[in-house]
Amino acid sequence: MNEAASVIAADARPRLPRGVRLVHNEAQGGWVLLAPERVFKADAISVEVLKRCTGEATFAAIVNDLAEAFKAPRERIQADVTTMLRGLADKRLLEL
Amino acid sequence: MPDRHIDYVAVKKTRMARNAGRDAEQKPMAGGDAKLHSPLGLLAELTHRCPLGCPYCSNPLALDPRSEELDTQTWARVFKEAAGLGVLQVHLSGGEPGARRDLVEITAAAHASGLYTNLITSAVGITAATLHKLAECGLDHVQISIQDSEEKSADHIAGYQGAFARKRALAATVVDLKIPLTVNAVMHRANIDHLEDMVALALALGASRVEIAHAQYYGWALKNRSALMPTEEQVRRAAATVEELRRKHHGEIVIDAVVPDYHARLPKPCVGGWGRRSLNVTPSGKVLPCHAAESIPGLEFWSVREHALADIWAHSPAFKAFRGTDWMREPCLSCARRDIDFGGCRCQAFALTGDARATDPVCHLAPGHDIVQRLAAVQDDVPYAYRRQ
Repeated sequence: MNEAASVIAADARPRLPRGVRLVHNEAQGGWVLLAPERVFKADAISVEVLKRCTGEATFAAIVNDLAEAFKAPRERIQADVTTMLRGLADKRLLEL
Repeated sequence: MPDRHIDYVAVKKTRMARNAGRDAEQKPMAGGDAKLHSPLGLLAELTHRCPLGCPYCSNPLALDPRSEELDTQTWARVFKEAAGLGVLQVHLSGGEPGARRDLVEITAAAHASGLYTNLITSAVGITAATLHKLAECGLDHVQISIQDSEEKSADHIAGYQGAFARKRALAATVVDLKIPLTVNAVMHRANIDHLEDMVALALALGASRVEIAHAQYYGWALKNRSALMPTEEQVRRAAATVEELRRKHHGEIVIDAVVPDYHARLPKPCVGGWGRRSLNVTPSGKVLPCHAAESIPGLEFWSVREHALADIWAHSPAFKAFRGTDWMREPCLSCARRDIDFGGCRCQAFALTGDARATDPVCHLAPGHDIVQRLAAVQDDVPYAYRRQ
């Protein structure tokens, strides 16, 4: 992956495209991301990130919000969320 | 019917964000047998009718007639029961699901039950108007099979003149409606050398995912095995091409591919383990652990006409037959991979050795492995036996 691809613009508005849905399912033990012929089990932190990917909040706002909610350094949150969202976008599971 | 690959990947992170390709670990259902998991996927074979005649079809040779098909209300009940059992995704398949006049009502019922709806279609028999209605009632994803990158060959393989053009047209409508599209490319000797062109076609059609689905030899495909079997050299080249195309199109299109069975050293974890993650309902209502399970003699299948789905999942003799590892013998029993590949495919073990409890002979440790190697070397250019009702 080149360097440009590993950066997400501050004003990007990440969202789940049609055909990708985050749902809670008791029988399957919690939150899952449903995608074309795939089921991704989402852990507690990724759920917090995904819930904010509404297409309305900007990437910068999401990072600020998470840094505040989790009392963690903004730079680290930004790096981790970038890796996660970029990974999902590469699999066509997220629009940036 | 197109080939199905369902695998389950976890969004798991060591720090906050790493995406790891790991199986979604499940907790067993409360109060139940420790080995009883909740199924994740339901393959709903709405009909065995299909306008195409693909020689690689994995439907059984004895197809269910229209007169025995489940009605709309029964499918609606099955979806409700499936959701209650923990099923997340329903794959509306066949045959050609578009042959059902009530496909829109069936899809709406699946969506209303909270299931993720995946339409698996040949594209022949589904009009743009129907697709619009399906989109309105909540269809989540469409998978269209493509037989080859070139029209004449594609129509020859499908046994249907004009199929290719209709597939292109329906794919365009899917993309216009912003429904994610998967192209399912079933590969065999006649088209495996066109793999790069098929991926290029999937990209041109606007697919976000393409399945390089090597023909698997069940049902009609088993009957056509020597006419479909690729050579060792073709398989080797195809694997290298897939790797190259994945690098080239990273982030553009997801390319899913597995090594074709007969050329592999390790067996596939068939349906993610017998009675563990998925179930299949036939057009007439029988519930199977996998779509080929009826090829194993002596199994007792229960029908949704007589039993609730949860009851079938937990107690039907066919589901209990090979669930877990108790049924295994050596070399599976003491194998380090027994909980990874579950001894491979029961139907294939039976088809090739006559014993459904044998190790899938695809496995290099199986006593019968030489059978697979011998069959993989048989290429015979006989005319296809087209799938016909």
